Amino acid sequence: MDMSFSPEDLAFRDEVRSFIADNYPKDLKSRRTRGEMTKEDILRWHRILYKKGWVVPHWPVQYGGTGWTITQRYIWNEENARAETQPLLPFGLSMVGPVIFSYGNEEQKKRFLPGILSGDDWWCQGYSEPGAGSDLASLKTRAVREGDHYIVNGHKIWTTLAQYADWMFCLVRTDPAAKAQEGISFLLIDMKTPGITVRPIITMDGAHEVNEVFLEDVKVPVENRIGEENKGWTYAKFLLGNERSGIAGVSRSKKAIERLKTIATAELLDGSPLIKTDEFSRKIAEVEIDLTALEVTELRTLAAESRGKGPGPEASILKIKGTEIQQRITELTVEAVGNYGMVQVPTGEMAGNDFVPGPEYGQGAAQNYFNMRKTSIYGGSNEIQHNIIAKMVLGL
Amino acid sequence: MDFSFTEEQTLLRNSVQSLLADKYDFDTRRKIVKSAEGWSPAMWKQFADLGLLAAPFSEEMGGLGGGSIETMILMEEFGRHLVVEPFVETVVLAGGFLREGGSKAQQDAHIPGIIDGSTVWTFAYAEPQGRYNLADLVTTAKKDGAGYVINGYKAVVLGAPWAQKLVVTARTSGGQRDRDGVSVFIVDKSAPGVSTRDYPTVDGRRASEITFENVKVGADALIGAEGKGLPLVEKVTDQAIAALSAEAVGCMGELNKATVEYCKTRKQFGVPIGKFQVLQHRMVDMFMAYEQSVSMTYMVNLKLGENDAERVKAAAGAKVQIGKAGRFVGQQSVQLHGGMGMTDELNVGHYFKRLTMIDTQFGNVDHQLKRYSQAA
Repeated sequence: MDMSFSPEDLAFRDEVRSFIADNYPKDLKSRRTRGEMTKEDILRWHRILYKKGWVVPHWPVQYGGTGWTITQRYIWNEENARAETQPLLPFGLSMVGPVIFSYGNEEQKKRFLPGILSGDDWWCQGYSEPGAGSDLASLKTRAVREGDHYIVNGHKIWTTLAQYADWMFCLVRTDPAAKAQEGISFLLIDMKTPGITVRPIITMDGAHEVNEVFLEDVKVPVENRIGEENKGWTYAKFLLGNERSGIAGVSRSKKAIERLKTIATAELLDGSPLIKTDEFSRKIAEVEIDLTALEVTELRTLAAESRGKGPGPEASILKIKGTEIQQRITELTVEAVGNYGMVQVPTGEMAGNDFVPGPEYGQGAAQNYFNMRKTSIYGGSNEIQHNIIAKMVLGL
Repeated sequence: MDFSFTEEQTLLRNSVQSLLADKYDFDTRRKIVKSAEGWSPAMWKQFADLGLLAAPFSEEMGGLGGGSIETMILMEEFGRHLVVEPFVETVVLAGGFLREGGSKAQQDAHIPGIIDGSTVWTFAYAEPQGRYNLADLVTTAKKDGAGYVINGYKAVVLGAPWAQKLVVTARTSGGQRDRDGVSVFIVDKSAPGVSTRDYPTVDGRRASEITFENVKVGADALIGAEGKGLPLVEKVTDQAIAALSAEAVGCMGELNKATVEYCKTRKQFGVPIGKFQVLQHRMVDMFMAYEQSVSMTYMVNLKLGENDAERVKAAAGAKVQIGKAGRFVGQQSVQLHGGMGMTDELNVGHYFKRLTMIDTQFGNVDHQLKRYSQAA
């Protein structure tokens, strides 16, 4: 057992730290939420990393991975969080990409992986439906085979950033007679296909992040199916496992705690910094300790993975604790900011046009807190993650 | 021992219930919030016509002779409908200052305009450096002939964009956080030297930052004795806390009702999700949080007239209870509604946002815990 960095690791850290310092676009630094960014803004860091060859450190080298060790990948994430770089969108790089190189045919790898790597293709996730949330396998979107095509009809919901998407990876039912998990197929759908309508859903913080996607007689070539017909659940679960392990957000939470401390130092209570009060400093300490435990738990999971054990049901721990910690930090941030946390910062087209009072560090604190309530709902709700651990780990 | 309502109180509840059921459904409320004004003067007029704005004033003052229980009833119903109109600011706060500390002349001059709905008020007290400490004031009022000159800055003044009159705290003597030396003034928002910048708050209301630059007021603007205003401010803000507790109870009641209903109808894995024990227990916890909040709300509204220490314990205790319960019920209502709970379209998120805001108003859980333990 050893948790310290080797001299090589430290050299690597210096290298990536200076790369980020030299290459991260300065004007993106002040923009912290996607609501304030254009599509091209969201992609800029992605494109820079693609050029450098660092966009998918977690992929096998043959598909564009960096061949970094677990420790190096950990350092890379740390350094990005430290510099507060815009997180890369997971839909292509962490979700459908690994499905394609694991289960797709050679033709599909050639056709889709380059666009995922370069960022030229923007992907969205067609999983949830109005009647199929936690019970994802009950999905009803139907795909009927007609010659070389499937005709797809259905209604997807909570589709993140579908308004920008070129492609959607989509779970559809191809055999309605089969048991729920059987009879599902995994299709790649071009969002420009006639019959697709994207309708925005505004969330309570005022943001347009998610959408409904309606599919009406959408023609999808059979060659866009991943793997076998009716075996889509296998690929879907593989993807969900990856999604869970990426969801812990340890490095980002560390940065968020650092930011919280800065706020609690600037905010005064009876003339002295809030962070000097017992009540508040203990709250920060508690969440920091939770995060330390999660960090080591994640490292243990990663180490097991590097020995060939895929992300198992233990990944649900990372999802549950990771999201609880993220939510707790946003809650404490609202507390720290006090009265000015209650100001509504304009989002979307209104962004940047209106008067927003109070210190810059407090702006949008409550909205961020509201927005982060989604994390215990999405990616398999935390209740579902508890079920997974109970069943798969504890054998209950 | 009797926790029942009088016939008049039940009538009052019925009349506000039917008005809001008719005229203040969620879609109407959404339109009001999105309008340029951000509130409905027409609705305010109807509140006045129905006597709601007169409820807590004595008959000598032209009111209906009610008290905190009448306010509690109204506030609970306002909470159920997420009413944005400035009842707390105008009737509870400004009305409270005039009732508890105003001279006969001040009461005669200002209460009729509150009761008939022609004048909207708010209370400008918070300052950027002061957090929730009502005595932490940099804003000053200096003696100027018979009157005063006010200079300073007030932050996040709720309802100020709609108000014509302000109740303002300022320091007439003493150090920045001294209990002595706080004075309370009536200031016209249109007075020379008063400037405002307006903006929306997360709960769909509006607020202003207000700057006072050499604002001259007469001797008749001072409420109560010069420099002795803090006990009055504490008393009146505790009345506002009692009112906000009732509003929070209204919000939580609606959230629990909606959540239980949703869990009975939403099916996953072939059964209504309300059949899952883990969710049942969660909803039981939400129900208990609500009931405990109702109890603390009754308690504080019955104890507002007691001595300072008892009143402070009651108000701080109630604020702690609704702060914690509001956070729990709000978060879990969103969670149990799943993605739908996150949307702007459903009212669930709006109750959650209002409850979050209520926790901050007049001091959050930590602040009130400290206040309670110092009074106990």
